[in-house]
Amino acid sequence: MSTTQDRILRVLGDIVPELEPAELKPGVNLRDQLDLDSMDFLNFMVALHKEFGVDIPEAEYRKFLTLDGCVQYIEAAKGGKPC
Amino acid sequence: MAEFRMPKLGADMSAGKLVAWRKKPGERFERGEIIAVIETDKTAIEVESFVTGVLEKILVEPGDARIPVGTPLAVMTVESGTLPPIEAPRAEAAAPRAGAPAPRAAAAAPPRPAPEGARAKASPAARRRALELGVDLGSVPGTGPEGRITLEDVGQAASARPAPAPAAPESRQQRMRDAIAAAMARSKREIPHYYLATTIDMSKLDAWLEAANRERPITARLLYGVPLVKAVALALREVPELNGFWIDGRAAQSSGVHPGVAISLRGGGLVAPALHDADKRTLDDLMAAFADLVKRARAGTLKSSEVTDPTITITSLGERGVETLFGIIYPPQLALVGFGKPVERPWVAEGRVCARKVITATLSGDHRATDGHRGALFLDALGRLIQEPEKL
Repeated sequence: MSTTQDRILRVLGDIVPELEPAELKPGVNLRDQLDLDSMDFLNFMVALHKEFGVDIPEAEYRKFLTLDGCVQYIEAAKGGKPC
Repeated sequence: MAEFRMPKLGADMSAGKLVAWRKKPGERFERGEIIAVIETDKTAIEVESFVTGVLEKILVEPGDARIPVGTPLAVMTVESGTLPPIEAPRAEAAAPRAGAPAPRAAAAAPPRPAPEGARAKASPAARRRALELGVDLGSVPGTGPEGRITLEDVGQAASARPAPAPAAPESRQQRMRDAIAAAMARSKREIPHYYLATTIDMSKLDAWLEAANRERPITARLLYGVPLVKAVALALREVPELNGFWIDGRAAQSSGVHPGVAISLRGGGLVAPALHDADKRTLDDLMAAFADLVKRARAGTLKSSEVTDPTITITSLGERGVETLFGIIYPPQLALVGFGKPVERPWVAEGRVCARKVITATLSGDHRATDGHRGALFLDALGRLIQEPEKL
């Protein structure tokens, strides 16, 4: 598991206290898996922005719908390296 | 001296657990300050005081017992303000306790309950209170003229009931379902609902919101639902008959517009706390208040006014793909507004068919309070207001 993914899961765990990282399917929609509503998802975006210091325009939210998507976006924004 | 009683924090509450006192005996408090934390079947609620005064004596210590609504919890001196009726029954209606004068019913010949099978004589207010507190009027001795059961008699009967035995371990989930079941069954039993739906063009709001959020830092972006809440609040100014409560057999309009916004809780169930004065607040202010409300609803730190003040409920299942919902009114409110999922549909504008994002807005109205015509005017106003998002 990458460091980026660990940090994303930690952020997500603050929003979804019952999160079981081992049960999360990285390619499946997070909102469906975790029953995230729009406020949860916005809080997730804000928390990722603060954790990684990346800008996340609203038009890019759809790229964060899966765990894999989150990792790819953040690592690309950070120059393609795990962070 | 006055009594601070177990408050009724919603139509579905018959008892609550005293979790903590936030004031100590001898401590002064201002109106609006938190004085206790009460756990209902749905969530923990911080109870604000309606008055300014001093907490003189605590009658009930925090614990696991479920305490019936109306039970005296503490004695206070009131310096200013007025306690609501639920919290300030006349002194003789208080539960008997050590050091207190004997209750009036014990002083003279004890009044008898109505004979079995006979309809007990009681004032309308007493009947309503008995229903709220789950008191069987047939077992209540009446002390009014000709043995009529008074409001105080009902309060005394409720207070005199033995505290329920410690509940068998029951999941919060089950208690939440029981509370929702009670409120919704009451609504369907008592409220003659009518239902209306309309399709609203969302393209202007969509474009406005996208542009607004593009200019904002991520921490200040608006959610789609916030302008919808504001539009509902402004439409209620135009059709105020939908904003208020059904009390004493009459509709009572509220002077403030306090929509209760449905928030689903993790693990199931929902609450719909008030966004106070939503018609007067900016979208930024509403967004901040909504975010705070969601956070506290899920953390179990809602305030009592947020639970008891909603004058209408707004709910949406659009995020889960539902296009149209017809909700059940939360008593004693008069109406509920529902929003579905924004979807693209063929739309005729200026004689041409084009693809437009639209949403289905619905109204569930209490037919005792309003007719469909008023409901239709409300939905019309809602649709019109949404076409001018920059004015929300």
